[in-house]
Amino acid sequence: MNDIATAAQLTAASFKSAVKPVWCPGCGDYSVLSAITKALAIIGKPPHEVGVVSGIGCSSRIPAYTSCYGFHGVHGRALAAATGLKVARPDLTVLVTGGDGDGYSIGGNHFLHACRRNVDLTYIVMDNHVYGMTKGQPSPTTEPDWDSKLAPGGTKIRVFHPLVVALAAGANFVGRAFAGDPNGTAALIAQAIKHPGFSFVEVLSPCVTFRPEQKEWKSMVRPAPVEATDDPVQAARRVMTDDGMNLGVLYAGDRPPYALDYGRAPKNVTDLEMEFRV
Amino acid sequence: MKLNAPKTIEEFMAQAYAMEVEAAQRYSDLADAMDTHNNREVAELFRKMAVIEGKHGTQIMEEMGWKTPPANAVAPSWEGFEAAESVPIDDVHYLMRPWHALQLALAAEQRAERFFAELAKSTTDASVRKAALELQEEEREHVDLVRAWMAKVPQPEKDWAEDPDPPRYDE
Repeated sequence: MNDIATAAQLTAASFKSAVKPVWCPGCGDYSVLSAITKALAIIGKPPHEVGVVSGIGCSSRIPAYTSCYGFHGVHGRALAAATGLKVARPDLTVLVTGGDGDGYSIGGNHFLHACRRNVDLTYIVMDNHVYGMTKGQPSPTTEPDWDSKLAPGGTKIRVFHPLVVALAAGANFVGRAFAGDPNGTAALIAQAIKHPGFSFVEVLSPCVTFRPEQKEWKSMVRPAPVEATDDPVQAARRVMTDDGMNLGVLYAGDRPPYALDYGRAPKNVTDLEMEFRV
Repeated sequence: MKLNAPKTIEEFMAQAYAMEVEAAQRYSDLADAMDTHNNREVAELFRKMAVIEGKHGTQIMEEMGWKTPPANAVAPSWEGFEAAESVPIDDVHYLMRPWHALQLALAAEQRAERFFAELAKSTTDASVRKAALELQEEEREHVDLVRAWMAKVPQPEKDWAEDPDPPRYDE
């Protein structure tokens, strides 16, 4: 950990650990890792003032690849762990990283309530519409007609709309980025970190092994044609009717973030133990 | 992708520096990925390219008399999202051969040459134009160097991508 680096000296490299990623060559998550480290350099907080929390999956390996404090939690529970961390240590900048399976299926309930609580977290979901780590099962964002050996003929189940759900549940910042645009993704993540409350950034991150057709995303994505709105209904209508390829800040609200009443909280561990003494 | 042409020589060189650093970082990431997947030959080649691009960045620092890198300069893009000299992250394959890696390096150098040529045309600042033309010439030399390197490397076998135990089974 680089404790002595000042904000001016911080670069993306300051936030990278010596652990080498094990992702498939060509995976979009490499770019997202690069974008996260660039975003943290833009924010200018040293690594020891940042916590990165994840669940399980390819993209959930990110905490190990950063020099920040990291927590690789259980499947789908990253947001629960991150909420505890942020409430206990509000001075830390807390990022949560994961994939579409971890966040929208196993962790779907935590996703809803993290949006609703509006704790000051930044949730970065690398969405590749597939469970890559476990060899290509359909995820909640997989197209219903995606035909694969593990889901012959497709699931025929409608896709989950994470951005709409986030807006309905109360997320205070919603944006979409593309892994093939690491500088754009870095700028969006930096904006999300700076925005108070629960910020949700969905990053389209191609899985080159199980969804090689997603390499075409680079010719499909585009900057959102309209400015971000502060009206969640308008934002939800836009993302429900777009083709999922509009990038940028889509919603920036002004709901105050959750704040624990520290005046009523136990002052130290001994006080806490006293409260629970039988 | 529209380019915002830099207005001063400092701004231009900061962007050129960012471009070299991003290219070096990408080669380094690709080398790590190839190492992890036991493709040592290609890892070594990407590692060499990372060192070369890193030296170009250092050269810019020296030319500008900078003691520390410009803070958070972003490499400009001309074609697509990324800086001209960065190899796209998704253009690699875990079984690729050195020849493929050099093809990617060649394409990156050619994009960089075109980038500086376009920038020289679009800038209104004479010092930026002069520097852009100089860097265009340097990139042209790099194109020739990579071509010469490719001539020494065997072309890949026809079945280079065949894996008897592939990560994905379609049948």
